[in-house]
Amino acid sequence: MGEKKLMKGNEAFAEAAIRSGCDAYFGYPITPQSEVMEYLAAQQPHLRTGMVLLQAESEVAAINMVYGAAGTGKKVMTSSSSPGISLKQEGISYLVGSELPCLILNVVRGGPGLGTIQPSQADYFQSTKGGGHGDYRMIVLAPASVQEMSDFVKLGFDLAFKYRNPVLMLSDGIIGQMMEQVELFEQMPRATEFDQTWATTGKTPDRERNIITSVNLDPAVQERHNHKLQAKYQKMQQEEVRYESFDCEDADYLLIAYGCSARICQKSVKLARAKGIKAGLLRPITLFPFPTVEIKRLAGKVKGMMAVELSAGQMVEDVRLAVDGRVQVAFYGRMGGMVHSPEEVVDALIKHFSIG
Amino acid sequence: MLVSPENLVYTKTPLMTDKPLSYCPGCGHGTVHRMIMEVVDEMGIQADTIGIAPVGCSVLAYEFMNIDMQQAAHGRAPALATGIKRCWPDKYVFTYQGDGDLAAIGTAETIHACNRGENIAIFFVNNGIYGMTGGQMAPTTLPGMRSSTTPYGRDVALMGNPLKITELVAMLPGTFYVSRHSVHTPLNVRKFKRAARMAFENQKLNKGVSFIEIVSNCNSGWKMSPVDANKWMEDNMFPFYPLGDIKVNGEMVSKPTKAE
Repeated sequence: MGEKKLMKGNEAFAEAAIRSGCDAYFGYPITPQSEVMEYLAAQQPHLRTGMVLLQAESEVAAINMVYGAAGTGKKVMTSSSSPGISLKQEGISYLVGSELPCLILNVVRGGPGLGTIQPSQADYFQSTKGGGHGDYRMIVLAPASVQEMSDFVKLGFDLAFKYRNPVLMLSDGIIGQMMEQVELFEQMPRATEFDQTWATTGKTPDRERNIITSVNLDPAVQERHNHKLQAKYQKMQQEEVRYESFDCEDADYLLIAYGCSARICQKSVKLARAKGIKAGLLRPITLFPFPTVEIKRLAGKVKGMMAVELSAGQMVEDVRLAVDGRVQVAFYGRMGGMVHSPEEVVDALIKHFSIG
Repeated sequence: MLVSPENLVYTKTPLMTDKPLSYCPGCGHGTVHRMIMEVVDEMGIQADTIGIAPVGCSVLAYEFMNIDMQQAAHGRAPALATGIKRCWPDKYVFTYQGDGDLAAIGTAETIHACNRGENIAIFFVNNGIYGMTGGQMAPTTLPGMRSSTTPYGRDVALMGNPLKITELVAMLPGTFYVSRHSVHTPLNVRKFKRAARMAFENQKLNKGVSFIEIVSNCNSGWKMSPVDANKWMEDNMFPFYPLGDIKVNGEMVSKPTKAE
């Protein structure tokens, strides 16, 4: 058993960063994730593991510091919240184009614009469909607990290096701010000396020089590069789909929700079943790759589905693509930092499908 | 072998690749590349040097420099250099940037890397124009100077003033060595090479940024022959961007030492 602590989601993420053997964190303060850098600063990670911590002059600089360090084969990360993640998009596109691994945390707040500092899930499109310019995807992990804010750091780094691609943790103001018990994993060694054959660490006589770049002036070469990237995303879709099911097998009505909404919907399933409605919940853990196959399978078994999100309805589009018209897919959600109650969700389900 | 070893008086450093340079004939970039690589070669630090190419004419610098390099998003080279150097404090890290990259879109990264005193070298090639995109106004375009977006000359009342960013970063406590050079005559090339050497040697001291501006021509963008462009540069660029040391060993040089 690992060490157990009562922590905020943001703090658990930061502690997990140190324990994962992360080499460097570069960030810029923004609510509701400022605890990440504050916790790291208080922990003095340079004394604990030698990890570098630097507060950058902007989110733009922070993501490009990540790019530089990642290009030398280091395990590096950054975190921010919605407006800051928008600023990082150019850098993320370059990281993908140059095939660099890194971990990025978005503790989502209400938008658009400066919006609110309260929780939201309105960055789903940005996270799962690319975000920056060009054809690309990232593996998107959606933690639904403080425990997963810790566990997904380790998983995220593993996946980032497996695919040489950034991994995004899509959290939200609830998961980042709330306190829960978390079982921390043991300190892992920093892999400072491990040799990434592709990394820019200085050209030695025994190898050709290593170049980290995303520019190809020859369109035929650029197209080949794009095909290579697309093949990675297809492999992710085959190998990395993760989801969790609650009471799905006998369900007449299926709720589909991720992150904090999934936590709320677990209660909604219980409330609905108490009313005699056989409800279930499918919780995508990876938003890209999306659990399309499982949702398609369940579409043949249920009377209706309802996507529940803190947005105007974004993930619901992926649910409808998976279902492909086999069953009616409803949507319920709140916006701008407002959060639905479990009862609201049940009421919406009853109303949409005229149950009872 | 055409030249026997005892008769060999000069050879291209192996730290420049054999790839033909993509620069216009008469441009200074090739000379600046070669001098930096000669320094890395002479110091024997190829295995410990990481360079960063910008967006601009020198976006493909990594094709020509035979060292490990990264290509940065426009203006972000000092942020990349920061990320690399913080993780690898014993490596030699340098950025290679143009005026649009360093003094316009990347101003924040430039100022803050210099102000933090990152232990890196910054090579800043200033030709007063956006060369790669076709000769638009740069932050360093002189008052009255023509470009494709100032076809009647830069009107400072409308378009603002040229930015002397080298003097600006010299005032920051994080810069250790700030110097301005050119590579249009053999004497100036030698002076620049000495400065480049100092920029790499300084990284052993861990005292902050070495920032070297190279005032260069852009005969294509300026629509001049290479010889005329160099003459125009001497007559117009040098009075505004005077050559010489601005800060040495962390101390401001009261009067710029002239590098003719």
